[in-house]
Amino acid sequence: MKALCWYRTGDVRVETVPDPKILNPHDCIVKVTSTAICGSDLHLLNGYIPSMVTGDILGHEFMGEIVEVGSDVKTRRVGERVVVPFTIACGNCSYCRRQMWSACDNTNPNAWMSEKAYGYSGAGLFGFSHMMGGYAGGQAEYVRVPFADVGPFPVPAELPDEKVLFLTDIFPTGYMAAENADIQPGDTVAVWGCGPVGQFTIRSAFLMGAEQVIAIDRYPERLAMAAAAGAKTLNYEKADVIDALKELTGGRGPDSCIDAVGLEAHGTGLPGAYDLVKQAVRLETDRPHALREAIQACRKGGTVSIPGVYGGFIDKMPMGAAFGKGLTLKMGQTHVHKYLAPLLGRILAGDIDPSFVITHRLPLSQAPNGYKTFRDKQDGCIKIVLDPTA
Amino acid sequence: MRQQTKFETSGASGLQAERLITLAAGGALTLFGLSRRSWLGFVLAAAGGGLIARSALRGPQEDDSDLDDFADAAPAAEWETPLPPRPANADGVQVEKTVSINAPAAALYSFWRDFTNLPRFMKHLESVQVQDAGRSHWVAKAPLGQTVQWDAEITEDVENERVAWQSLPNADISNSGAVEFRTAPGGRGTEVRVALTYKPPAGMAGAVIAKLFGEEPTQQVQDELRRFKQIVEAGEIATTDGQSSSRSQGEEKSA
Repeated sequence: MKALCWYRTGDVRVETVPDPKILNPHDCIVKVTSTAICGSDLHLLNGYIPSMVTGDILGHEFMGEIVEVGSDVKTRRVGERVVVPFTIACGNCSYCRRQMWSACDNTNPNAWMSEKAYGYSGAGLFGFSHMMGGYAGGQAEYVRVPFADVGPFPVPAELPDEKVLFLTDIFPTGYMAAENADIQPGDTVAVWGCGPVGQFTIRSAFLMGAEQVIAIDRYPERLAMAAAAGAKTLNYEKADVIDALKELTGGRGPDSCIDAVGLEAHGTGLPGAYDLVKQAVRLETDRPHALREAIQACRKGGTVSIPGVYGGFIDKMPMGAAFGKGLTLKMGQTHVHKYLAPLLGRILAGDIDPSFVITHRLPLSQAPNGYKTFRDKQDGCIKIVLDPTA
Repeated sequence: MRQQTKFETSGASGLQAERLITLAAGGALTLFGLSRRSWLGFVLAAAGGGLIARSALRGPQEDDSDLDDFADAAPAAEWETPLPPRPANADGVQVEKTVSINAPAAALYSFWRDFTNLPRFMKHLESVQVQDAGRSHWVAKAPLGQTVQWDAEITEDVENERVAWQSLPNADISNSGAVEFRTAPGGRGTEVRVALTYKPPAGMAGAVIAKLFGEEPTQQVQDELRRFKQIVEAGEIATTDGQSSSRSQGEEKSA
């Protein structure tokens, strides 16, 4: 089959690889009908996530048809059309039982690596480094999916792929980011980063009753997409973000600040240059510009929610500001399984059509070009959907 | 194909971890160039090699009496107390690890008490045959297709709480073990603690072997307990062995 494989920083290729096989009794094989490139795939492309190996198949946003099931699969059937959460969960450990699916104890075959780096290991993830399990991803014609009865989620035939594909990651991720922000009636929510996760965060914040959402980015097309959802927009290259947020909130500051940027933040001025240099010489792994600003801007007693991915260490963390204002910080990989049914319900009810975020549709064979277009923000690119059947 | 991996630094300190992640993030994925060797494999290899040597020099029946005293040494500790400190000149390996499993103690005890289940999650074991009167015969894998074997007897058995065993004299590798099950507070399942001791053959310092040849013994036992937990909770052991990639068969390139 054809699959998008990681070779080294800046180098991904579509190659012919062996078809996946059932490896464990709860596995299934999914024939992929749609898959997407995630912003976090760019962290892999750009070499910021440790423990990638040449030849790894990428992709953690994918859906398709079940074509084979393992001997112990109870509920899923060949022929079912499913979306697949990017987090792999066993369904029976104490974390899964408490709906903390991305903290599953049992799905990372390389848990010892995560334990060395993080103390404890979370769930295995598709196509996202060996520290996170080393599972082959879904930017491919076929993919092996462990725990078929737990993850893969059937979707109604009347909904096209592009309306349900983003249940695999970015819709639940944006939704959980808004949920973590503890939004109350009348609240102002500031969102750093208007990429796909930021866009779903903005819309989720409104669904939860935010009075005002302020979207921060520098790309006009992304700010325009945010404005289309009803957000006020701030171009951080043209305004002092912290001052502007204060003015837009009657001097109080945003009630919730959401960092939907993560470890590759583009900073301005001296702190931005500082992070670029430190990251380049590897004294710092992650550039936390958006996070610093979110902490600084947040009102007293407010909440900072972090859906943006961090992998290692950050520097000049304004801990004094976070402590001095009594902030709450919430973060982490998305508990996708928890959100599948309720968010499918939102789609069916017409509250949201997730396909709004798609700007590019490409055959899988064009995926390497797609990565570069997305990375370089060319051609108004916000979200790319790949078709492995084209 | 097997993914053999090892972190270059074994310390868990933030500084070492930072250095590691920073290096790795920069593309210098040294952690994948190294294989994750089994400490016990080397102990077993040494035992197997020793067997061959003894067979050649002295014949197979001859007793290796310097191993026998180990069976009496360092019994597994009670839960509430740490293992007794080893004498400075001891050359065995002692490991103690704990894991929490979302299942009742009785079910975990029953699974473990049937020693024939142990090879399902202890990768170095080829088989355990249960004989009568609390005795069992253990066969462990050693490199180059060799095996090492020993008979063991159960020394303590408290239903749903504790099992302890130790090898009998004439074992290729003298060892003992104990497992305890205790209900965790607040519905957090069962805490399972395992204590194992191994004495490598004649004069080899186990701790030195462990250091020289790779994986820490505690890591290996932790991985075994993780697999035990996965079998019980998830019904299978997580793996990616045999999955697709664009690496050719048997080839593991690091970036």
